[in-house]
Amino acid sequence: MNKDEALFEYLLRLGDTDVVLAQRLGEWIGHGPVLEEDIGLANIGLDLLGQGRLWLALAGEVEADWKGAGRSEDELAFLRDGNAFRNLQLVEMPNGDFAMTMARQFYFDHAHLLLLQALARSAEPRIAEIAAKAVKEVAYHVERSADWVIRLGDGTDESHARMQKALDTLWPYTGEIFAVDAVDDALIDAGIAADARALREPWLAAIGPVLDEATLALPAGEWMQGRGGRGGKQGVHTEHLGHLLSEMQYLQRAYPGARW
Amino acid sequence: MSNEWPLWEIFIRSQHGLAHKHVGSLHAPDVELAIKNARDVYTRRNEGVSIWVVKSTDITASSPGDREALFEPSNSKVYRHPTFFPMPDEVKHL
Repeated sequence: MNKDEALFEYLLRLGDTDVVLAQRLGEWIGHGPVLEEDIGLANIGLDLLGQGRLWLALAGEVEADWKGAGRSEDELAFLRDGNAFRNLQLVEMPNGDFAMTMARQFYFDHAHLLLLQALARSAEPRIAEIAAKAVKEVAYHVERSADWVIRLGDGTDESHARMQKALDTLWPYTGEIFAVDAVDDALIDAGIAADARALREPWLAAIGPVLDEATLALPAGEWMQGRGGRGGKQGVHTEHLGHLLSEMQYLQRAYPGARW
Repeated sequence: MSNEWPLWEIFIRSQHGLAHKHVGSLHAPDVELAIKNARDVYTRRNEGVSIWVVKSTDITASSPGDREALFEPSNSKVYRHPTFFPMPDEVKHL
């Protein structure tokens, strides 16, 4: 695989994951359990959207290097079909109840922080720059989702049961985060991409103590969605992504080229 | 038992050297989340460098009925106001 092609794919994975999760969090606006949480979730969504824009804009630049012409961040976000998206399946999972949203965020935030910390040392300066900026935002996301997991896990019988169920339900979608394929191989040796395999142990070490404090059990299942190179990062998605995109892309699909 | 989260009063210090100023109130289940909610609700546009949160029920307020007893007596004591001193022009920020 040509290096530009691999880099383009890799950047789509970073950008699409941020944009899709931002869209999910945006769905809570007006529906949050309390006003304060409504704003809190929207803030995190906006952080992720900002990061996703940077990744997709960079992907467009790399695409131009590779093919001679690159798409803009908007074209990439709004005019690609589901199977061209490279986001993790975890982040396209529906919001469900508040526990489900928080479990998804909890799993993702900790992995996201570790990934960005590694990418801040990337040999590709444009990647290192974006990652270093994003780390500060994501450090806050990590605290917030952990706070909620602890409070819901160590809360009432019902909140504990819901939180554990959410963690168990989403667990099989976490394996993909730490899987690598030919895209990663083409970039890891050059020091451009982070080796996702190396993040799994630190991730477990980070989420373990939080789950202990929350009196929740780390799910034990070994079976993982998307491992072995057939997951979101390769464009294989759950049925949920299409519904999300039909809403997210509606305006540009119905009125192509519409601008503010 | 009430299902409502307690109310917290939020104080933000907008820059070093200034005092924390009351900016409003919000609901949160506990003090850590009150800080985080305050961050999200009141400092989104770079308003602050420090946040204080205080449980609203921990604030003791003067009673409006005591207004006369508390504040009227100082009304008639104009000599307590520093308005009788000529201010030198070169002294700033007084």
